[in-house]
Amino acid sequence: MIRDIAQGFCRDCLETLPRTAKRCSYCGSPRLLRHPELPELSLAHIDCDAFYASVEKRDRPELAGSPVIVGGGKRGVVTTACYQARISGVRSAMPMFKALKLCPEAVIIRPDMSKYGRIGRQIRAMMQDLTPLVQPVSIDEAFLDLSGTERLHNAPPAYVLAQFAQRVHTEIGITVSVGLSHNKFLAKLASDMDKPRGFSIIGRAETKMFLAGLSVGRLPGVGPAFQATLRRDGIERISDLQAMSEEALLRRYGNGGQRLKALSEGRDDRKVVPDRNRKSLSSETTFNSDISKLDELVPILRSLSEKIAAKLKDEALAGQTVVLKLKTSDFRNRTRNRTLADPTRRPGRIFDTALDLLQREVDGTPFRLIGVGLSELTSDRLADPPDLVDRRAQRMADAEETIDQLRRRFGGRAVETGYTFGRKISRGANLAPRDEEAPDD
Amino acid sequence: MRVTLERSNLLKSLGHVHRVVERRNTIPILSNVLLSADGGNLQLKATDLDLEVTEAVPATIDVAGGTTVPAHLLHDIVRKLPDGAEVDLKMDEDGRAMSVASGRSSFRLQCLPQGDFPALTAGQFSHQFDVAAAELKRLIDKTQFAISTEETRYYLNGIYLHAIESDGDLMLRAVATDGHRLARTQMAAPAGSEGMPGIIVPRKTVAELQKLLDLPEEATVKVELSDTKIRFTAGEVVLTSKLIDGTFPDYQRVIPTGNDKRLVLERDRFAAAVDRVSTISSERGRAVKLSVGDEQIVLTVNNPDSGSATEELQAGYESEPMDIGFNAKYLLDVTAQLTGDEAVFLLADAGSPTLITDEDDKQTLYVLMPMRV
Repeated sequence: MIRDIAQGFCRDCLETLPRTAKRCSYCGSPRLLRHPELPELSLAHIDCDAFYASVEKRDRPELAGSPVIVGGGKRGVVTTACYQARISGVRSAMPMFKALKLCPEAVIIRPDMSKYGRIGRQIRAMMQDLTPLVQPVSIDEAFLDLSGTERLHNAPPAYVLAQFAQRVHTEIGITVSVGLSHNKFLAKLASDMDKPRGFSIIGRAETKMFLAGLSVGRLPGVGPAFQATLRRDGIERISDLQAMSEEALLRRYGNGGQRLKALSEGRDDRKVVPDRNRKSLSSETTFNSDISKLDELVPILRSLSEKIAAKLKDEALAGQTVVLKLKTSDFRNRTRNRTLADPTRRPGRIFDTALDLLQREVDGTPFRLIGVGLSELTSDRLADPPDLVDRRAQRMADAEETIDQLRRRFGGRAVETGYTFGRKISRGANLAPRDEEAPDD
Repeated sequence: MRVTLERSNLLKSLGHVHRVVERRNTIPILSNVLLSADGGNLQLKATDLDLEVTEAVPATIDVAGGTTVPAHLLHDIVRKLPDGAEVDLKMDEDGRAMSVASGRSSFRLQCLPQGDFPALTAGQFSHQFDVAAAELKRLIDKTQFAISTEETRYYLNGIYLHAIESDGDLMLRAVATDGHRLARTQMAAPAGSEGMPGIIVPRKTVAELQKLLDLPEEATVKVELSDTKIRFTAGEVVLTSKLIDGTFPDYQRVIPTGNDKRLVLERDRFAAAVDRVSTISSERGRAVKLSVGDEQIVLTVNNPDSGSATEELQAGYESEPMDIGFNAKYLLDVTAQLTGDEAVFLLADAGSPTLITDEDDKQTLYVLMPMRV
């Protein structure tokens, strides 16, 4: 028997409700979920609330009442701010000095990406208990398609999702917000509506009305520049788009215009594509002050290459294409890559290849960020085959293996290569996940 | 400039020179071919700054002079003109455009001045010799497949040519390797090559040269070289190239000398069997396992995603049984170069380089690094 939630249910005790109750008649909670389409909607977007900050607060209960900012470095930026800090106006990607001016009493914590990664994976595993159709967007958010799972869970998606939010709260100790609707675009909009600990629903019937009042800036793909263009053309709200014909929009803005029309009416036919295989791994760092000299960049590149090699090793992966990323002081990205003859996971080989790419780019330009990554990932079984010509290769691989073991026993910097030895490697807010990076403009 | 010439002659020469021109260029004039008319010939020249090809074609010269026009465009036009046509090339008075006329067709191409066309200064050559075109072609054919494409090891991106004494005779030897396989072949050193420096001829130059070497049986090629440049002259075609500035690794120590397990295979059957079983392997890392036993081998491919394949083959083998893995593509590349009916593998163990020799061509040998299987 599939649970009947047509009259709504309580998000705290998960009991179904009489039609008119204002509060839950069992636990007294006001957090009730009611919607005419509640039993039918099945596409969800789940987003953890202030993820990094929530994790840090969970691990340091004494901070529960204080504003917490995760981020770092002299010139670093805010990676995540907890809701208390957000009240003072602190936002992601804001320079740290500005955040501290707004909220001087904030506790600043350096990000611990491996911890967030571990917890993110736990949460993802819990999502995969609900449906195989989980499409991660980043470490802490994902789309879920729950259609056809009623018989499996004996409950409609809305109920299963509320149960999930509770489970994350009790088992992991952080909160999530859920958006439920009939496509990805609307689910994502919904999850953002009632944060934190939210659960918002956009049904088919109210889709157009709901969208009409929003600014066009809420549409994915409409950034500040496009929004300015639209404003110049007299389009500010989504209702302005709804009033125009598809032909007119297509003529004026090309394919983008056609897409605007579809989104303005709440049409979005993108599917939830579960992406089990990682496509690339990378590691990057923002400097405290811009660097233009090769010999200052080299030790940083070396240390990033070692970090990447360690990550590859952890996941038993190897990659065939080495990617070098640089960001100039005026925020231009330069990406260079080179494909090797066979996959590698050796720090030395990653470094040598990235260094060769770097040498071509160093021309006096000040850089604010450097990153190195590997793509075309495969299992490490075929990585770094023995080489006929390079006699050093095998010996270097053995040496790297030994260094690795020593580090495991005696700590991260127990053994170092001459590239990094004795240097203080400057780092900023490193390893920010893509979605929370400072916008490139 | 105004010249008239046969379409077939022009097409043949453009075919030789236009390949040197890269499809995308940041320097506009590098997309062009230099045409200069003088005496009884039209001279064509193309370059990518590392490699330069020139060729002279017989032509009727009305007005001497020269210009440059887009090479691929001119080649495409001439290719589409009817067979047996005459082509009339005429530069405008102001030198900004050139017309190409043939029969009722006519084209106008924008020109860049010939004075801006870069010249690859060859400098002095220290050595010069003549070599039979067929022999030079053999040196290339046998080794070209093993050239590395990995830019980080740029010194492997070509064929290493050097003079060396082998069994009391002076030989001109060609070696190429990408770290996974190595190909080595040699010929009697032509007079004049003694004492030449060891040079690395870049991959692109090798490929262009190979296409120019489809010459009559008895044709010879003049080779001139220094330690930075090489020039090949074959008939009317002159190819000048920079050499790779690097040190080729000491390949001699890579060639195993103590491998005593001798495996003899019928070349064609072996190649066909490798090709068949590798169908099941994944695109990347196509490992084939050879289980070598008494008078037979079993080829096995296992692909966790799609399945497995095995095939048995008769073989001559008398040592203790062993398993060894190779990249299927590398096996096929080598067997394709063998001329004899038999392929001879000299094995040591599953982790050591394997030597492959050709019973009909004692000058050539191949080394393959095994794969972990």
